Amino acid sequence: MPRVMVCVKYAINVDELKVDRESGRVITTGASRKTSDFDRNAVEEAVKLKEQGWEAVAVTVGDEQSKMALREALAMGVDSVYLLTDERFKELDTLGTSYLLAKAAEKLKPDLILCGEASIDSFSGQVGPRLAEWLGIPHIAYARSLRVDGDSVVVERGLEDRVEVVRARMPVLVSVTREINQPRTPSLMAIMKASRKEIAVWGVEELGVEVGELERLRGVEVVGVQAPRVERKAITIEGETAREIAEQLVKALLKEGVLG
Amino acid sequence: MTGVWVYSEREELALELLGKASELAGKLGVEVAAVALGSGVEAVAQGLSKAADRVYVVDAPQLGWFEAGVYAHVLSQLARRYEPDIILIGSTKRGKEVAARLATRLRVGCIPDCLRVDVDGEGRLVADRLVYGGRAVSTQVCQSKPAVATIPPRTFERAEETRAGEIVKVDVEVGEPAVSLVETRMKEAPEVNIEEADVVVCGGRGIEKKEDLRMLEELAEALGGVVGVTRPLAEDRGWFTEWVGLSGRKVKPTLYIGVGVSGAIQHVAGIRDSKVIVAVNKDPEAPIFQVADYIVVGDLYEIIPALIEAVKKGGG
Repeated sequence: MPRVMVCVKYAINVDELKVDRESGRVITTGASRKTSDFDRNAVEEAVKLKEQGWEAVAVTVGDEQSKMALREALAMGVDSVYLLTDERFKELDTLGTSYLLAKAAEKLKPDLILCGEASIDSFSGQVGPRLAEWLGIPHIAYARSLRVDGDSVVVERGLEDRVEVVRARMPVLVSVTREINQPRTPSLMAIMKASRKEIAVWGVEELGVEVGELERLRGVEVVGVQAPRVERKAITIEGETAREIAEQLVKALLKEGVLG
Repeated sequence: MTGVWVYSEREELALELLGKASELAGKLGVEVAAVALGSGVEAVAQGLSKAADRVYVVDAPQLGWFEAGVYAHVLSQLARRYEPDIILIGSTKRGKEVAARLATRLRVGCIPDCLRVDVDGEGRLVADRLVYGGRAVSTQVCQSKPAVATIPPRTFERAEETRAGEIVKVDVEVGEPAVSLVETRMKEAPEVNIEEADVVVCGGRGIEKKEDLRMLEELAEALGGVVGVTRPLAEDRGWFTEWVGLSGRKVKPTLYIGVGVSGAIQHVAGIRDSKVIVAVNKDPEAPIFQVADYIVVGDLYEIIPALIEAVKKGGG
């Protein structure tokens, strides 16, 4: 049975993130979290393959809370899930995270790996291509449709100026965009069932990670996180009629030197 | 002596990156170099050599179509051979993919989509990037060498063309792409150029019907700009294939006019570098007003036709 591995992240829910107005500090401790949007599209695509006879597995790198993302994947329909967690996995950047996912892929031997285009919180878009590179397999990014054709995948990908239809032999990694599908909402029954399923937990030993190697894979250090400063004029254009407002606005824009 | 390198498949973007690279190279006391990859890239290499001390060129038929795996393979060989300190890559969709693959091959960190880059006292690359959907700026330091970072279009001024760099043709193993191209469909022009536009008129959920976009087009035309839309209009209504925002196209025009745009955080993050932001919305509480220079509270179906008339008459 062909196997698809989908990578998910239990990300910070950026819509509910609080910023301390005084200090500009972003309050990430205790912030609400959810499965990253694009990753739900990746799970949906994996479950669609399952419906065509594939086996679907979901993997995340994270903490105890990240099990929520795996439960959601189970509820959506994947067969089994894996949490990659260890004290020594903390504060990894995309280089280290993708390395751990590669270690898991070496064990799970998927024919196809699916990732979301980027995570909603850090939005780096790096883990997919990096994982493909660790495994030495092709990567197709920005996928808006995906079709399996024999031993290959045919993917439509959106670039800035064009849409390309490309083909690659499996094993292959595909990063999906939100346009690819509408992720299903699991039924209450499916959620209940998922809550009873087993979550495999893999750490340093299970993955066969060399701790020294992992330490060398810390490529980027975050030294500060601050709310961006907004310096805008915030001038309200007033007038009795639309015409008056429009004329006032044009006058202001002419003064700014941004017209003509 | 090594250097600060620049690579982008877009020549214009490469020249912008060379502007910043030359400043960083000055601080580090190293040279500034560009990389030109492709099939028949002599003219590009010539163009880049005016703003770089050296241009490394790999010209091969297999590079005629951009496949990130092949490009990363070539770049990694160049980087191993010449050992640059910093590699700046243009943050296009292709550029970001190739940067991630290159950084992995070299086992180094990569800071994508930098708004600011600098070097610290120890010569390490320090950069700012937006995180949390634009709610925060994260300052990050590259701990490995070479440091890889990607930089979006129009972040830095184009380099002055005051150099006459040496063009170095490099012989490396190019390899064959593992992904093959079946078909290409070009997108329509207005969507292509939005990042370069001086004026962007952006429609949001306040626009009721697709036909009403014509009104925005008329305004954009009068101002010499282009029309964009927010994510719901592209993704949910399918009126455009791309949207303006952090997850879509980031724009930095001199004038941005949001029409019926509420101002979702990810959209705001994609317009924050605009010089002047005008927002028209009937909801006085619309979040976009918090980041606007000029606020118009009113019905866009009255304001925009009046604005078109006023622009045609008075300005533009």
